[in-house]
Amino acid sequence: MSADVTLENITVKFDEFTAVKDVDITIKGGEFFSFLGPSGCGKTTLLRAISGFQEPSEGRVYIGGNDMAGIGPNKRPTALIFQNLALFPLMTVWENIAFSLEVKGVSKKERRRRADQLLELVALPGQGNKMVNELSGGQRQRVAVARALAAEPEVLLLDEPLSALDLRLRQHMRTELREIQKRAGITFIYITHDQGEALTMSDRVAVMREGLIEQVGEGTKVYDNPATAFVASFVGENNAFQGTVSVVKTEKVIVSTGSGDLEASLGEDIKLSVGDEAIVFARPEAMSIVKRNNTIKNVLNSKVVYHEFEGNFWHLILEVKNGMKIKISQINDGSTQVYEKGSELKVQIDPKLAVALPFGPLAAE
Amino acid sequence: MNQWFKKFFLRNGLVLSLYMLLVTFIWIVVMFVLPQIFMFDFSFRFNWTQIDPSKIGGPDDVYTLQHYKFLLFGSPNNPDPFNIVDVSVFAHTILTAVFVTLFDVILCYPVAYYLAHVAKGGVTRLMMLSLVVPFWINELLRAFAFRILFGEEGSINNILVYLGILSQPIDFVRENIALYTGLGYAYILLMIFPIYNAVESLDRNQIEAARDLGSPWWRIHLRVVIPFAKPGITSGCTMVFMLSAGALALPQIIGGPSSLWFTQIIYQWFNTGSNWPRGSAYAVSLLVICVIFVLLIMKIFKVKFGEIGR
Repeated sequence: MSADVTLENITVKFDEFTAVKDVDITIKGGEFFSFLGPSGCGKTTLLRAISGFQEPSEGRVYIGGNDMAGIGPNKRPTALIFQNLALFPLMTVWENIAFSLEVKGVSKKERRRRADQLLELVALPGQGNKMVNELSGGQRQRVAVARALAAEPEVLLLDEPLSALDLRLRQHMRTELREIQKRAGITFIYITHDQGEALTMSDRVAVMREGLIEQVGEGTKVYDNPATAFVASFVGENNAFQGTVSVVKTEKVIVSTGSGDLEASLGEDIKLSVGDEAIVFARPEAMSIVKRNNTIKNVLNSKVVYHEFEGNFWHLILEVKNGMKIKISQINDGSTQVYEKGSELKVQIDPKLAVALPFGPLAAE
Repeated sequence: MNQWFKKFFLRNGLVLSLYMLLVTFIWIVVMFVLPQIFMFDFSFRFNWTQIDPSKIGGPDDVYTLQHYKFLLFGSPNNPDPFNIVDVSVFAHTILTAVFVTLFDVILCYPVAYYLAHVAKGGVTRLMMLSLVVPFWINELLRAFAFRILFGEEGSINNILVYLGILSQPIDFVRENIALYTGLGYAYILLMIFPIYNAVESLDRNQIEAARDLGSPWWRIHLRVVIPFAKPGITSGCTMVFMLSAGALALPQIIGGPSSLWFTQIIYQWFNTGSNWPRGSAYAVSLLVICVIFVLLIMKIFKVKFGEIGR
């Protein structure tokens, strides 16, 4: 059973501070939905409002069409996986998993059977009698998932549960969680500050900033067609060139920036007129080094500051005309030329891949 | 061991290391172990100091079990099968101490939990102060205050009679209610703080996780909070039990006139009876039974000795 979740104009205030501002969104049943944002953007508060630990100051939460106002977390059809997992250290693995069944008064034999089934589901067969502290980080992760699923929730809420794992395990668990979600067939609402997690796992992503939702959409849309300057700078890496719109064409604009005139595509549903303050965003992979000087459009003169090697990519940090530093990435195909510090390079920005957006706050570095 | 000492000296330097070792030695050996050994030794000797001091150190100064026998069976011409007075006082003392301990757990666990997980900033400080400040007052003074409170003409009786709950005053002191309350009150801090310490380190998320999984509040306590706080609860119980069983001033002042506390009998043997060996035997018996009792309880509740020290 999966339920849809509707957040209707949710606002959460703590004294003077407003953590969540007028969030209005519907998450479909069976969807893997992520709230993505930097720490302090209100995403955890929003999750606590869905799970029932935080009553919203204004607005309503509907789960499966039912108003959740006044219904405590123990009565909601949700299960929450905590950031630190919050497994019970004094219970065995199977007792942890079967805790919600124990609450319901299920017999011990049946509890054990269900726990073993769930251990099977999360690929931890035969580990039921261990204590939690005998398990590795990844295994605990799975136990936490199994414990939450045992409650047969219609909506599973996950509060950055992968943040404590190392990179390799984290990447593995992404696939795993996605698989479990498909098998369990329930709604997953996932909170993260890691855009990689949000993009790989989710059907849709909501990007949050200071309690507001900046954009909701599929991962590709959020990445390729950011709605605001914040989304463009927070999701993935981006070089931001700030300036004033000088020419407006259909679906294209030219922005005069401190580093030169840049032509860029106009973001979807974005209107800009001549004289507006705007930012051109160009991703590191949307820029290329031009060898011969046969074009002048969207070309920046630059100097190599340093380069980084990341296995599959070479990153070059370049300084452009007004002293701004930009980053470009080249796929390491074995023949990538390595540029020494101080060498002069011409870099071209592909106008189709660069996006112009109205001026707005950027994500903190 | 040698390695440990070497490291200890290297880390702290000669002067500080010697100081720490000396202080610990005085604390443990001189002030704790030696007196207990003397007491233990004493309890197996005849009371020659009173009977015939010249026999001390002589051939007749041998070990005897007569004082322990006396505690169990009374004097040789006692017609009863055992020493009814002393044994029943002993049993009464232990039972009452158990009762006081249970009373304190029930009273203090909610307070400790509230302090640790519910109360915020200012309220916590205020509660802590109101717990601690009354204990600035001298124990004897508090005991006499309880006498006034619980006496036949005391404020509690006055209020109850005035409200019509009682038709005539109850002598709380004679009924030992004053004593139980007094003992319970005297040691609440020793119960609250260990439990508070233990509960406070519990991750709040665990409480929320249990709640999220559908658990009602009482099951959260039963399955998550209490098991976690068990070492603290045991530690508090041990202290309250030991101190209640060994209390002297409170039973003396607010105990009923007809009932004795075992420590009062010990006191009588030492003081008015001038029989130190017998007093020692009684004291050793109380200590041993209390320790066995505590170890037994720890065994039943599966608490390891090391956990209490946390």
